[in-house]
Amino acid sequence: MPDLLHPSLILGIFVGGAAGYLGSLMLSRRMALVAGPLGHLALPGIALALLCELDVSLGAFPFVIVGVVLIWVFERSTKLPMEALTAIVFAGGLAVAFLFLPMEQAEAALVGDILQVEGGDAAISVVAALGVWLAARRAYPRLVLGDISEDLAVAEGIDVGRNTLLYLLLIGVIVALGVKMVGGLLTAALVAIPPAAARNVTGDLARYTGGAVTIGVASAIVGVVLGGWTGLPAGPLIILASTAAFLGTLPFAGRMSEG
Amino acid sequence: MLEGDRAVLAVSDLRVTLEGRVVIEDLSLTVEQGEILTVLGPNGAGKTVLLRALLGTVPYEGAIEWREGTRLGYVPQRLPYIRNLPLSVRDFFGLKRRAVQDVEEMLDAVGLDRLLAAKGIGTLSSGQFQRTLIAWALAGDPDVLLFDEPVSGVDASGEETVYGLLGRLHRERNLTMLIVTHDLAVVHRMSSTVLCLNRRPVCQGPPLATLTPENLRRLYGTEVAFYEHDHG
Repeated sequence: MPDLLHPSLILGIFVGGAAGYLGSLMLSRRMALVAGPLGHLALPGIALALLCELDVSLGAFPFVIVGVVLIWVFERSTKLPMEALTAIVFAGGLAVAFLFLPMEQAEAALVGDILQVEGGDAAISVVAALGVWLAARRAYPRLVLGDISEDLAVAEGIDVGRNTLLYLLLIGVIVALGVKMVGGLLTAALVAIPPAAARNVTGDLARYTGGAVTIGVASAIVGVVLGGWTGLPAGPLIILASTAAFLGTLPFAGRMSEG
Repeated sequence: MLEGDRAVLAVSDLRVTLEGRVVIEDLSLTVEQGEILTVLGPNGAGKTVLLRALLGTVPYEGAIEWREGTRLGYVPQRLPYIRNLPLSVRDFFGLKRRAVQDVEEMLDAVGLDRLLAAKGIGTLSSGQFQRTLIAWALAGDPDVLLFDEPVSGVDASGEETVYGLLGRLHRERNLTMLIVTHDLAVVHRMSSTVLCLNRRPVCQGPPLATLTPENLRRLYGTEVAFYEHDHG
């Protein structure tokens, strides 16, 4: 079992919390599934990193950012739904990944390997996760308002296009961090499930975001600890822990909106 | 930017094309401080697109000039996604660029119970929700209120209707208002000027002189009978 200061546990706590917080925004934007395709989009980068024996987040990050910028440019030029554009970009990324991904190392790329994380990697990930959290917290009202109504946001003097790009870039960073934690296949769950569970038991914004962060952190701790005990991959265990939290909140769904 | 004179807004030769289709063309108008301009027209006439062009959220040709420093408040027709979000009324006010300190006071100003501040936005009735949107727009202390299709008849008998509320706000705050509507009664009761729009301006001026049977026939392409009824 990892001790409390084990790098994998620290990374899990910070990235899990930041992913939950950013995910709370994605749920309200009806775009939680964007993170899934972006996670898959990271796979070519992960494949390249594994081939060159580099850090997987380092490999994933440029690919995700390029994908994010492409989606943003396509959205502005086509006005197609962002989910559709993400799926298109993701399909290309996945196809490239399967051409080059070394199959003997596929497991680490697909489900992550958080228990192998070392101190330096963890420190960089913690700083990046804190940066995502701070930037998302600062932009949160603008992003929610832009999602509710672009016209309403513009009347408030908000640059919706710039905020959308910021939002996509933050997703890109959290996806790059998430692939190390739960792998390219499960990143969507890392950001989607904690806020979905929190939504079931809260009717206002503060408790909703707080709940999403708490469930994200708790799931990471449970997954890493169980992974250390059992020898099973921690990534899927983290996602199973948050899935259990979601199932546990289901009986309260629909009862909390009275406020 | 307009400066100095009483004009708050000047639009000249406005043309809006969306997805290859001309939605508005040949539109010029001026709105003065304290004026209530209603925009009347059938469905698909370009009324909401006009508001969006004035806000700057759709591309357009021609010129739209607001007086320098004009603060806009916008009350949209509908916000389909907001009711599923975990937002209380207080949270919703917190999304404004300058967060509102006294939400209860704003609710009071539009005739809503102060206790609604803690309620989930999805639990409000349609009348309460529309008043909340008006309060939200007013919270930025706007000079001009853009209002897309206010819903009439959503209030219980004996209470102030949305139109009564708008009239009161106009008197109390000397607000300039642009109201999109398809309700002739609203035009007659509220506006100082009416713009009849059906892709291009059909008629424009004071309601009584402008809304002649001939102009209404040109606007709607059919005979239109008007029976004035009380909006309270």
